[in-house]
Amino acid sequence: MGRYSVFSLMKNALSYHENWQAAWHSPKPKKHYDVIIIGGGGHGLATAYYLAKEHGITNVAVVEKGYLGGGNTARNTTIIRSNYLWDEASQLYELSMKLWEGLSQELNFNVMFSQRGVLNLGHSLQDMRDIARRVNANRLNGIDGEVLGVAEIQKIVPLLNCSPTSRYPVLGASWQPRGGTARHDAVAWGYARAAAAMGVDLIQQCEVSGIRTSAGKVVGVETSQGFIGAPKVGCVVAGNSGVVAAMAGMRLPIESRPLQAMVSEPLKPCLDTVVMSNAVHGYISQSDKGDLVIGAGVDQYNGYGQRGSFHVIEHTMQAICELFPAFSRVRMNRQWGGIVDTCPDACPIVSKTSVQGLFFNCGWGTGGFKATPGSGYVFADTVAHDRPHPLAEAFTIDRFTSGALIDEHGAAGVAH
Amino acid sequence: MSLENTQKNRLAIGGRIDRSRALSFTFNGKRYSGFLGDTLASALLANGVDVVGRSFKYSRPRGIMTAGAEEPNAIVQLGHGAATIPNLRATQVALYDGLEARSVNGWPNVNFDLTRIFSLFGRLMPPGFYYKTFMGPKKLWMFYEHFIRKGAGLGRAPTVRDPDIYDRINQHCDVLVVGAGPAGLAAALAAARTGARVIIADEQEEFGGSLLASDVNIDGKAAAHWLAVTLAELAKFETVTMLPRSTVFGYYDHNFLTIAERCSDHIALTNDKAARQRIHRVRAREVVLACGAIERPLVFAACDVPGVMLAGAVSTYINRYAVTPGKGLILFTNNDRAYETALHWHASGRQVVAVVDSRHNPQGDLVQKAAAKGVKVLTGHAVIEVLGGKRVKGAMVAPLSADGSKLTGQAKALQCDTIASSGGWNPVVHLSSHTGAKPIWDEEIIGFRPGKSTQAERSVGAAAGTYDTASCLAEGDASGVQAAINCGHSAVATSYNVTGETAAGPAQALFLLPHGKPTSRAPYQFVDYQLDVTAAGIELAAREGYTSVEHVKRYTAMGFGTDQGKLGNINGMAILARKLNQTIAETGTTIFRPSYTPTTFGTIAGRDVGELFDSARFTAVQHWHEQAGAKFEDVGQWKRPWYFPKTGEDMDDAVGRECLAVRNHVGILDASTLGKIDIQGPDAAEFLNRVYTNAYLKLAPGKCRYGVMLGEDGMIFDDGVTACLGENHYLMFTTTGGAAGVLNWLEIWHQTEWPELKVYFTSVTDHWTTATVTGPNARKVIAKVCSDIDLDGDAFKFMDWRDGTVSGVKARVFRISFTGELSYEVNVPAHYGRHVWEKLIEAGAEFGITPYGTETMHVLRAEKGFIIVGQDTDGSVTPYDMNMAWVVSSKKSFSFLGKRSLDRSDCTRTMRKQLVGLKTMDPLDVLPEGAQIVNERNAPIPAAMQGHVTSSYYSACLERSIALAVVKGGLDRLGEQVFCPLADGRVIAAEIVSSVFYDPSGARQNV
Ligand SMILES: Cc1cc2nc3c(=O)[nH]c(=O)nc-3n(C[C@H](O)[C@H](O)[C@H](O)COP(=O)(O)OP(=O)(O)OC[C@H]3O[C@@H](n4cnc5c(N)ncnc54)[C@H](O)[C@@H]3O)c2cc1C
Repeated sequence: MGRYSVFSLMKNALSYHENWQAAWHSPKPKKHYDVIIIGGGGHGLATAYYLAKEHGITNVAVVEKGYLGGGNTARNTTIIRSNYLWDEASQLYELSMKLWEGLSQELNFNVMFSQRGVLNLGHSLQDMRDIARRVNANRLNGIDGEVLGVAEIQKIVPLLNCSPTSRYPVLGASWQPRGGTARHDAVAWGYARAAAAMGVDLIQQCEVSGIRTSAGKVVGVETSQGFIGAPKVGCVVAGNSGVVAAMAGMRLPIESRPLQAMVSEPLKPCLDTVVMSNAVHGYISQSDKGDLVIGAGVDQYNGYGQRGSFHVIEHTMQAICELFPAFSRVRMNRQWGGIVDTCPDACPIVSKTSVQGLFFNCGWGTGGFKATPGSGYVFADTVAHDRPHPLAEAFTIDRFTSGALIDEHGAAGVAH
Repeated sequence: MSLENTQKNRLAIGGRIDRSRALSFTFNGKRYSGFLGDTLASALLANGVDVVGRSFKYSRPRGIMTAGAEEPNAIVQLGHGAATIPNLRATQVALYDGLEARSVNGWPNVNFDLTRIFSLFGRLMPPGFYYKTFMGPKKLWMFYEHFIRKGAGLGRAPTVRDPDIYDRINQHCDVLVVGAGPAGLAAALAAARTGARVIIADEQEEFGGSLLASDVNIDGKAAAHWLAVTLAELAKFETVTMLPRSTVFGYYDHNFLTIAERCSDHIALTNDKAARQRIHRVRAREVVLACGAIERPLVFAACDVPGVMLAGAVSTYINRYAVTPGKGLILFTNNDRAYETALHWHASGRQVVAVVDSRHNPQGDLVQKAAAKGVKVLTGHAVIEVLGGKRVKGAMVAPLSADGSKLTGQAKALQCDTIASSGGWNPVVHLSSHTGAKPIWDEEIIGFRPGKSTQAERSVGAAAGTYDTASCLAEGDASGVQAAINCGHSAVATSYNVTGETAAGPAQALFLLPHGKPTSRAPYQFVDYQLDVTAAGIELAAREGYTSVEHVKRYTAMGFGTDQGKLGNINGMAILARKLNQTIAETGTTIFRPSYTPTTFGTIAGRDVGELFDSARFTAVQHWHEQAGAKFEDVGQWKRPWYFPKTGEDMDDAVGRECLAVRNHVGILDASTLGKIDIQGPDAAEFLNRVYTNAYLKLAPGKCRYGVMLGEDGMIFDDGVTACLGENHYLMFTTTGGAAGVLNWLEIWHQTEWPELKVYFTSVTDHWTTATVTGPNARKVIAKVCSDIDLDGDAFKFMDWRDGTVSGVKARVFRISFTGELSYEVNVPAHYGRHVWEKLIEAGAEFGITPYGTETMHVLRAEKGFIIVGQDTDGSVTPYDMNMAWVVSSKKSFSFLGKRSLDRSDCTRTMRKQLVGLKTMDPLDVLPEGAQIVNERNAPIPAAMQGHVTSSYYSACLERSIALAVVKGGLDRLGEQVFCPLADGRVIAAEIVSSVFYDPSGARQNV
């Protein structure tokens, strides 16, 4: 793999960019692998990368039904933060944050991780209690965070409606300066390229239709390109987790629903950080291209169609216009949806299963993009050693039997 | 007139503009003139303005390329100040007097752009270059990014509140017709004549589509005449809604479509009388998509120089706006239809330098016609490169192999100032794709046509790849008839007689033209103009392994512009297909998504902004509270009095006074906001028994009971008192914020799990005003206004309720208490709420009755250790955790919701977080709510957190601070000292104590 740098750019410019190597190849599947990862999203690709990098397991195939990174990885609003409430969650997301902080260099692929800060607005006294609680917990967990007052918020986001007479006035916010955004496609591609360079096979347009087991052990997967054998299979299929679990005769405590997002036409810089409001439900940032990137709410029905309903878009726009009255004349260029896989406690499942050699990494729901590096890291470790990574212990499937839920939903009241 | 003189490209006659209405406007600060009926683009072309923008990456000068929604270059900012609008396409902006527009890029201006200097480094900026560099040193990305961001973006967002309002309207119709060209109009007419309810919408200023610039005759009359007659007929039907300036921008499930109507944008920047734009949310039984086709340019070197335009656009400007946008034209085409442009140009009296046709032996009638007019036709040739910078100066024309893949001879330069380019047409498959239908490549029309439909919808006319007017009318008519029949109407077909139309011969599938140099070395051959995506860029993406069309889109940014690839995407896909040695069908398209063209945020939001964002709810006593000087708190949707400061008092003073008043005399609280659900039916008690943790079967009329509801996970979800009003009749109180959620919860269980239970729920929250009179003097106050209830403590006990009359109003009085004091909650119909409230105040005056708000309520209940769901609970605590085992019945015959979960191992383990009290060592220290609790004063980071402070106040009555907290194993740790490290560096020490600080025996409420 040729290294990317400004020098490689100059060198290739001299030969009219005719000699760039492929970032990865698209091989036909081999008959057998040590590990098969189902799902070539960010999490699946990261898993493959860390299997090769951290555990020396390179005889790995990533099997993707569409194109790499085309699921939620390509559809999310790329908010990254680690200021989760509960210890278990915050440690996992903080591992991810630390990996983000060196990811471009590690992958030799600029994922444009941009630490422009994340604000979570509070609009009621209870919001502010929850914010204080979360920030205090973050600080005691060694995660950066501050509670900001209205004047400080206004300074950071001049166009935010901080009027005390608005319907739900902004009363304060949590502020995580290390939070921000990254370029989602680059994350998938960066991991793909680095994994492929270590020998991982990336197999696109290959849909898994069955999981073959024998005597309680997994032996491989049936795919649209034939049977592929492996003693270990990791499923990282986000919105399709329930479908793939059913192939192994399992039911997961997961609901799959549409989550929508949208972008405006490109604008000159007008919003420098990520702003999230749970009460006035909307979240927004501005991409490097100048688009306002806006996340909507989840549709309340279950389904696998990657589009949602218009009324959800309306509510989101109302929230955005309420938070940023000046954006009312800006126009929406494009809207889309993904299918998010949510657990009852809004935390992921990173787990072994009752089938030996079959692992699941799912349930990241509306907020798993930020976890991509950490998720891949702990899942690779879990698959490699056939036991949960210490940071993943709290996230096994057993918690739905034991009741040891990690309720970020109810308690933190922050999605995404 | 002098205005007109500036319009050097305006023809003396013709067009649909109103020459009696001259308009003045400015562009980039310079004043120009145009006419009513112009678009900003046609007016700029009339005035000979060449450069209207700069490209995104290389900042190349760009001119107007098209006449419609596919315009990538002419992006303008309209107006200034609060009403400014960024990123409009000049081709879609109706001209009005005083319009003020400017380019969105170029510094200091579009004609002299210093940022052009960056294009010197263009070779260093192939697609994806930013993924390959700016990586080190690690900390510097934010620095690079700052400059990248500065250079990005098109127009500027306003910086103050939008002065306009927007509307929303729900529509239902039998047939929605999208597009008012010949196909759409014929469809609408056919359906309308059957009596069907029809909506027809078109994005343009005027209905007519291609008929607005057409040479054909329909039924023996000019197309424009047929158009006028048809519009007049449609206008007569009461059942027909005609929506010009209305973009159907999204197609959702169940034939739900959204239309954005621009009500006033053609008149002025803002509308001070009514809504500027309005959304129609249409539920249509049948949909006819007649949204036309978009021309595809050919791709050749420097095809972005101002003066290169779509052939169809050139015709539109000549015929519709009487503007010939240049002097000497070269038409470059691979099809017959585009020859019309050469003929129109010729007819306008200007020179056609040549028609350059890629085909070796075109034989169509139009070709003959052009030749007959003396137009020079170079067959088997191609324009391979454009000469000129800020305006076309000429074209390099070379002979081309029959398959279009190679040049077969030397290129020579031809002089011209305009190049009309036509590579064929792409049906507008966008809306059909929104439904999930996958477009299908059709070799016959050399384009994607709409895929198999999943909705009651059909595409007709150019949108289905049918390009001649006769067939468009026939298809339109047939579709209108069919749609009406599907809606139960009976219909007959109409046939139209079209003359003057020239049949088109076969076109050639040709997209990217060869150049003397390989694609990678040729001058930029632009595919997506707005984002500077070139053919070489697409090939590079493929070379680097980005072979999926979605990868190419994402790697090169092709199609991400504000035209969303309407102009260039199909070319890009064809170029990719060739590079990968696969067919276009195999390559496929990216997914088309709403909005068809961009939709104003405010329009989508409609009226639900500002005050109406989420209508505030007030109790009937609101005005009294305001007059009493209350401060308000948002609780759910409600505005609740927070505290009632007297002059000079801050919140602490006021709350301290209010608390003491309740404990020592009597207070009054407006508790109307508590959710109230009326529950009736023979199985009501059974139902309550299942949703609450405690037992309800034996609750007798006249009695109340406090209950807790759990989620399936066993965690507390809501709480409140339920009263038995009579046989099979209950009234449930919920928390203020939880009311809607609880009703949903009850309905979900009833409708999906226990439909056999006969029970009905009705929200009656707003029907009642609840005044809580509480304190040692409460009975005396009530006695003054109520004579028909025996208030004696033995007759009317704690947790009883009575019907009676309070100040002459029928009332329900509940003896329940959230303060721990003797309390009466007086419920009267909300209409009498204010009256009764005032009477209670009057009656209480002699006893020192004091109105109090939510803050005092919070303090008083915390003194008693009563929880507030959502404050002391967070969805992760069971009743046992809250030290409320007494509320869980283990004896009920039927399980209750959440019961099973309570037995799970994690719920029964030790060291769960439990509700306790905290007393700070310094009684004046008030712990901040949300403070985390640790065991050691100097706990190292990461610290082992034991729990957190859920509620914390200064208690005036106890003359010290008190706090409630959840602490791991807390109930076994009473007396232990813990610490709260705060963000400001302080560490506050506190002792774990019982959560009940005041009157632990409950004697005071039971008198
Ligand atoms: C609109 C939206 C906004 C979001 N915003 C944020 C945000 O701001 N911040 C944040 O952190 N997170 C956000 N998320 C969540 C985030 O996108 C996801 O949690 C995360 O990207 C999941 O990554 P993944 O790799 O697990 O899933 P995906 O990227 O969805 O990958 C799963 C892959 O599995 C493949 N697959 C499925 N079934 C099969 C099969 N049978 N055979 C083979 N392959 C299969 C799919 O094609 C897909 O490529 C958002 C999500 C959405 C939809």
